Amino acid sequence: MEEILELARKVSDEAEVFMMSSEEAPVHFEANRLKAIQSKQSASVSLRIIRNGKLGYAAASGQIEPRKLVDIAVETSEFGMPAKFSFPSAQDFPTVKILDPATEAVSIGEMKDLGQKLIEPLVKSTEGILCEAEVSRESLTVRISNTRGGRAQYKKTAFGLGVSGTLVRDTDMLFVGEGQESCHPLRDTKAITDIVLRQLELAKNTATVSSGQLPVIFTPDGVVSAFLPSLMSALNGKTVLLGASPVGRRLGERVFDPRFSIFDDPTLEYAPNSRPCDDEGTASRRTALIEKGVVKNFLYDLQTAGQAQAQSTGSGCRGRGGLMSPSPSAWTIGTGEASFEDMVKEIKEGLVIEQLMGAEQGNVLGGDFSGNVLLGYKIENGRITGRVKNTMVSGNIYQVLKEVVAIGKEAKWIGGGVCAPAIYCSGLSVASK
Amino acid sequence: MNIKEAGHLLAGMMAKYDAEYIEAHLEESEASHLTYRGKDLESTDKTSAVGGNVRALVKGGWGFVSFNDLDDLETKVKQAIEQAGYVSGGEAKIKSSSPIVERVVADIRHNPVNIQLAEKKRLLDEYNQVIWAVPKLQTSMIGYADGYRKYIYLNSAGSYIEQERADVTLRTTAIATDNGEVQQVGLSLGSPGDFNAIKGLHNQIREIAENAVKMLAAPQAKGGEYTVVLDPILAGVFIHEAFGHLSEADHVYENPQLRELMTLGKTFGGAHLNVVDGALVPGLRGSYKYDDEGVPAQKTYLIREGILTGRLHSRETAAKMNEKLSGNARAISYRFPPIVRMTNTYIEAGKTSFKDMIADIKEGIYVKNWYGGTTSMEMFTFSAGEAYMIRNGQIAEMLRPVVLTGNVFSTLKNIDAIGNDLDMNQGGGCGKAGQSPLAVSNGSPHIRIQHCLIGGK
Repeated sequence: MEEILELARKVSDEAEVFMMSSEEAPVHFEANRLKAIQSKQSASVSLRIIRNGKLGYAAASGQIEPRKLVDIAVETSEFGMPAKFSFPSAQDFPTVKILDPATEAVSIGEMKDLGQKLIEPLVKSTEGILCEAEVSRESLTVRISNTRGGRAQYKKTAFGLGVSGTLVRDTDMLFVGEGQESCHPLRDTKAITDIVLRQLELAKNTATVSSGQLPVIFTPDGVVSAFLPSLMSALNGKTVLLGASPVGRRLGERVFDPRFSIFDDPTLEYAPNSRPCDDEGTASRRTALIEKGVVKNFLYDLQTAGQAQAQSTGSGCRGRGGLMSPSPSAWTIGTGEASFEDMVKEIKEGLVIEQLMGAEQGNVLGGDFSGNVLLGYKIENGRITGRVKNTMVSGNIYQVLKEVVAIGKEAKWIGGGVCAPAIYCSGLSVASK
Repeated sequence: MNIKEAGHLLAGMMAKYDAEYIEAHLEESEASHLTYRGKDLESTDKTSAVGGNVRALVKGGWGFVSFNDLDDLETKVKQAIEQAGYVSGGEAKIKSSSPIVERVVADIRHNPVNIQLAEKKRLLDEYNQVIWAVPKLQTSMIGYADGYRKYIYLNSAGSYIEQERADVTLRTTAIATDNGEVQQVGLSLGSPGDFNAIKGLHNQIREIAENAVKMLAAPQAKGGEYTVVLDPILAGVFIHEAFGHLSEADHVYENPQLRELMTLGKTFGGAHLNVVDGALVPGLRGSYKYDDEGVPAQKTYLIREGILTGRLHSRETAAKMNEKLSGNARAISYRFPPIVRMTNTYIEAGKTSFKDMIADIKEGIYVKNWYGGTTSMEMFTFSAGEAYMIRNGQIAEMLRPVVLTGNVFSTLKNIDAIGNDLDMNQGGGCGKAGQSPLAVSNGSPHIRIQHCLIGGK
């Protein structure tokens, strides 16, 4: 690492080396049976330089000569964007708990057992269901070092439990599933299977809704599949900088319902996406993006912040290929006061949506979502009566979330990256056949 | 150690272990990317990777080890075997084929990664200027990527295959805004390594930028059922998403109900419907000679004259279903085991001209261009990048982009006209089981679907 940095220092104004290594062990079940045990070891290094004021970048997985890496960074810097920042000098990071040695100690044997326990209750409850499950543990080490004295190093662990079931009857297919992630080992398989069993129970009957304007309760998973793609794009500093975010010029204005808030928080203890600093060594912090319906901030990395004359929110993230862009760590959508049951009780005819398929394919930038209800239920006179199919739901988040009927009082983690409550909206456009 | 040396070492040790099957993949790759957001080049980079994996089948269970360092290969082979043994009681089997030892030299005129960044930038700058010259345009995004990969496959039956492949993709998006409204239109293209394939697109790019501006004023479609005509790009996405994934045997082989549903010989559409997948079709992004299990590529008729006639297999699914190998096991890189994937998937050309196809439609929707698509096997959704009303046999006013959805089984039967103008779309990438985007192509002539559900107001 230091060798690369030293070589790079000689040909550039500033340089930064980012190294990551990980070891992952997924245990995979298919068709209700244990299928494969894997081990994935990976190591990568990337180099960013600022040379003649311009950014250069090179990355490699596996072996590479330090000299070659530096040459590539120099080559790309010829065409690089003018750097609008300096690499961060040494700074203090918050203490963020993300390492649990107990995770690394979970044996493959125990992971096999956990997988069985994810599948057994589902197979017992529902004839013909075919389940896939994955139990995985991972440990990850990140090291960052730059020529301005910035240094960071952390290690973290992650553990995941997930199960999905497919039930086919004639040409009818039902998909159910749930998963959880943490830095701790997860052993409460019942918490997961109970959620899936409830999905199976609610989907036993089928029901048809009318086409037209209907009230819809988006469950936490439904919130993610319908609203999140647009929210993530609109609140990303890059989209704002481009002028392509509908809320980009509305800082300080109320855009959403006064009960609607979103935070990004990479400092949550043992959350799988948490970290003491981002991928360019800026300290992690909690950022309010939407507070009580008002646009408060956008997510920035150093370069985007420099261009926008804003501050980095510590959201620099290396995506595929390793290039830096602002990205959320853990989205937390503020909870409200309504219980799920009360929301359902109020509705004469409406829908509960758990999964909307294809919602992210529309005009995400503009806030449109339109998708087929992959898993959702009909509400009739205050009760859930069955699963709906062949139903399209469309809307625009800037209309739908401007005034919502209610927000759920309980939040649920969806994967490791989002924690959201249910949201009850009125007047969504529903087309069914 | 380089991958050739590692390959020879591994070849020497494969046979001595007690396993039903062991395979190894070794890979060296390089790639470059250029992205524009707005007027300027935002980033450019070059990346490289060296790595490999070993996969072993022991008593019906799979073990898999992937790695970046090529040292101590023996330990990795042992680890994969040990993990496989630990699965115990699995039911996996594989269909074997005669061993192949071959070095395949790809028809790569130039390794696109080696083309000077300056030359790539010059072309992309031109395209970006074309977009920005259109009045009322807010901004643009351009993503260019190329890659070159040299890879070795070897197995315990004695196969040793060296292959190489190259890939070029370009995606340009024009974004128009007005009063908080945002609309975008994109163009995606690609080629198996030929940089020239993405040259000379100035007119097409001007058109997408103009359409993005026009769309701001376009009305939204009223949701409901329509007669819908799909252009070759979107019809290609449709056949990939709606039907192609269902033809992947790994979705079907362990599921008795799905096997029943997908019994070969069943009628899936009219006698005019022929659907093909095949890596043997040359010169496309999904083309190759051997798949990632060392099986020779084929051209497979999935539907012939409306009847289900074939499906896509890996060694494992072919063994389980007792069907022919099709050469469709693919891995996006050494980090993943190969799984059943599509290659080049298309609806064969029919006889109807586009003019005749729309002539008798009183009120329908013409959908063009690709925005995305996904499937849950039975149900699919796909998004059109552009949409127009069809009124009294004529293309009429522009609409906001629409999302189409439906049930694959009824929709295939509802295709009542197939055009004579097959065109392949090389701009897509396919995602499955965390492996994305895989280079594939898909295509179709114009097709007409009756009773298609459209989301809208």
